[in-house]
Amino acid sequence: MDINTYKPEDFKSDQMVRWCAGCGDHAVLSSVLKALPQIGYKHEDVVFISGIGCSSRFPYYLNTYGFHGIHGRAAAIASGVKVANPHLSVWVITGDGDALAIGGNHFIHLVRRDIDLNLILFNNAIYGLTKGQYSPTSKQGAVTKTSPFGTVERPFKPGGLVIGANGSFYARTIDSMPKYSTDIYLEAAKHKGTSIIEVLQNCVIYNDNIWADIADKENRDDRIIMLKHGEPMIYGKNQDKGLMLRKNMIEPVQLGENGISEKDLLVHDAQTEFAGIHLLLANMEYPKYPVALGVIRACEAQSSYDEKIEVQIDAIRAKSKIKNMKELLHSGATWEVK
Amino acid sequence: MSKQAKVIEIEEVAIRFSGDSGDGMQLTGTLFSDTSALFGNDVSTFPDYPAEIRAPQGTVGGVSGFQVHFGHTQINTPGDYCDVLVAMNPAALKANFRWVKPDGIIIYDSDAFDAKNIEKAGYKGDPFEEEVVGGIQLISAPVSSLTRESLKDIGLDQKSIMRCKNMFALGIVSWLYDRPLEHAIRFFNKKFASKPVLIEANTKVLNDGYFYAETIEAFANNFKVRPAEIEKGIYRSINGNQAVAWGLMAAAEKADLQLFLGSYPITPATGILEELAARKDLKIKTFQAEDEIAGICTAIGASFSGSLAVTSTSGPGLALKGEAIGLAVMTELPLVIVNVQRGGPSTGLPTKTEQSDLLQALYGRNGESPVVVIASSTPSNCFEYAFMSAKIAVEHMTPVILLTDGFLANGTEPWKIPDLDEYPGITVPKVAEGTTGWLPYARDPETLARTWAFPGTPGLEHRLGSLEKMNRTGTVSYVPENHEEMTHIRDQKVQRIAQGLPKLEIIGDEDADLVIIGWGGTYGHLVTALSEVRREGHKLAMVHFNYINPLPLNTAEILGKFKKRLVCEINLGQFASYLRMNHPEFLYRQFNKIMGLPFTVKDLKEAILKNLEE
Repeated sequence: MDINTYKPEDFKSDQMVRWCAGCGDHAVLSSVLKALPQIGYKHEDVVFISGIGCSSRFPYYLNTYGFHGIHGRAAAIASGVKVANPHLSVWVITGDGDALAIGGNHFIHLVRRDIDLNLILFNNAIYGLTKGQYSPTSKQGAVTKTSPFGTVERPFKPGGLVIGANGSFYARTIDSMPKYSTDIYLEAAKHKGTSIIEVLQNCVIYNDNIWADIADKENRDDRIIMLKHGEPMIYGKNQDKGLMLRKNMIEPVQLGENGISEKDLLVHDAQTEFAGIHLLLANMEYPKYPVALGVIRACEAQSSYDEKIEVQIDAIRAKSKIKNMKELLHSGATWEVK
Repeated sequence: MSKQAKVIEIEEVAIRFSGDSGDGMQLTGTLFSDTSALFGNDVSTFPDYPAEIRAPQGTVGGVSGFQVHFGHTQINTPGDYCDVLVAMNPAALKANFRWVKPDGIIIYDSDAFDAKNIEKAGYKGDPFEEEVVGGIQLISAPVSSLTRESLKDIGLDQKSIMRCKNMFALGIVSWLYDRPLEHAIRFFNKKFASKPVLIEANTKVLNDGYFYAETIEAFANNFKVRPAEIEKGIYRSINGNQAVAWGLMAAAEKADLQLFLGSYPITPATGILEELAARKDLKIKTFQAEDEIAGICTAIGASFSGSLAVTSTSGPGLALKGEAIGLAVMTELPLVIVNVQRGGPSTGLPTKTEQSDLLQALYGRNGESPVVVIASSTPSNCFEYAFMSAKIAVEHMTPVILLTDGFLANGTEPWKIPDLDEYPGITVPKVAEGTTGWLPYARDPETLARTWAFPGTPGLEHRLGSLEKMNRTGTVSYVPENHEEMTHIRDQKVQRIAQGLPKLEIIGDEDADLVIIGWGGTYGHLVTALSEVRREGHKLAMVHFNYINPLPLNTAEILGKFKKRLVCEINLGQFASYLRMNHPEFLYRQFNKIMGLPFTVKDLKEAILKNLEE
């Protein structure tokens, strides 16, 4: 295989894909397969690591190096892989339960450390593999098997969590927009640091149509905004809606009404360190707002955690008099018995 | 000038320095023990400190102690009871009085024995009336005021001056046992290189303490402990945590693998993480994780990517790592898990020692989840067993749990620096680039170990995971017969390691009726009790286990040679239960203590003599 002529099929394993028919995971797999030939890494340098859940079967369906971990720990396992060998392109596959409930601690610390890897969070707001219990992203009031009268819990918003943990990259996409998703994965792969991609994903069995309000093709364009760095925040079927900042709040506006023109709109700056506006964008919910898709935050980093470790090792090796175990054993206070 | 004190030659001495946790007793003890080691004595030390960093000053809860045992003969323990107790305040006396020999010496800072401190320590009146002093010699020394007097013109504030009083105490004890002061002074010069005034202050107080002892005539004599007959070679002082860290590094160098440690700070294991974090010059990567689980999971990730991976912890942390150890069992990746045992259950006694994690190490996981369990038995042989743990983990593609304990981790002894060329090689079962038809779970027919393919190698892309795998191919498998086969393979893979292990050896009298059986960190106390009982004319044998799972192949043969077997351990009988399960053909007696402390030779001897008779 030549890195310049990789095709999506080159990354597919011979294992039968066992997700339910109609599951959003199929589309994510196909989008990732389209992205992989373009990320600039050799086939043997790509590693996929997952936790537990429906989505976590993902590594078995690729023929790259892969590791199917235990519940919640994919981020930690992947951290070890990347820190031990920074030359690899490391991808974490996880879900809303895996990453935000049992693995919440590892998730925020991965983001805080900014290790150079990519994490795809399949958010279907339900526990699928255990057959239909509410998850940390289920909406308050969600009726599930463990909340037959509606959950009273408040959900996490993954974007808020990433930004709160001082994350450097957060993007959001929808499973049913495969081509757009491929572009987002490529953006994530380019970013130096931890890239978190939240995929709004449909569980056809236990939480069907949970994202239908915004994902259905018919109304989608009026209910989402696809953010692009450096471009004004315009959306709508007819590209006639936009977002303005008023009284420190984001407000959807109609272009042409009350004299509002394109120059009044917010221009998306994904690269600013200032997280305030990114948080407002990440938290926008339909119907009050359009839901933001695309790269919401992508701060340029000088170097990532794994690189800093290498730099430190090189610097200390250059300075230290101790070059091997023998020298260490005989360093410091020793004495001879004659 | 004082009259010349009489010099008495003795074989061995135990000294316990004790004071508030802020009084610098650990440093005082360490300087004294290093001086004795440099002098040529055999030495064993044991620090005894509270979990609270700075408990209220003057209270028993805040007392920190450090015992040094040194001698002209071989020293295997820090000593049960001390010949000299240095008590910097009444609380130190209260906490340690029970450890002073009936004919011992107590040197105390009389300035600190005021009404307030006496009350804080929980005494009602004069401490020396409340304690049964008997034949103990009391030396009252105004350590605080003499330190203040000594440094009055040096230009330091009162707080800094008072920090030097531990050196006054060290000076007194140095005179008493005829120790040179050079090592301590060299230490000050290095430690305070940027603050010359502190070099001067500490040196002056140390000297003043030394001359004070010589002058006061309180001591009828001073003592000489001649250098021990020690094997020739270059020595250094080492504690168990440092030895573990260095043994792992030596293994990584032998195997030509990068060493990766994923760990979360926990007493008393943290020293391993600290030691390895400082060794970037040897390309060691350490990852201070967000919790115990991430500690082991990052190590598993590093192992998958081709590093010699290690996680270090203590009891509660081992409990948290259980599920992930199972993941390493399932994926058949090399991994060393170092568990420095402490008092339990729960948070228990974090700074104390115990052997109560044995069954957790052997069985504390879901499913049939066999791992190799190895225990080191002296501070310095933590090096050897850490090396062997890594060698076995890599060559047999299995997790290995190395058990040490708080006593070994913090205890120091002189260690003859080994020649690494004499250590065995480590064969890494790495799959070569260009190998065709490789299968992730194909096995060596002898060892049953699979082979190790590193990410980044073209053509060897494969998936591992927590789900049961089909033997040879490594694909996910729910086939009932395969699960049974894989369960047996994982078990046998560990059991076959016994073929390469050293045989169990009898120490002492092969023709004795009674054998005492120990494992791990109790070696020094057991072997001392053994030699004392034999010296008193009894026949006695001892066996000590370092390899727990699998057991040495000749275990039954050795155990069968004796009429009576006494299993001694610091728990309620975990190893005894394990032996009963593996070798039910024998009967086992037990001797157990569980006070968070090492055995005392005295208690062991009593138990042995009783069992000799019964």
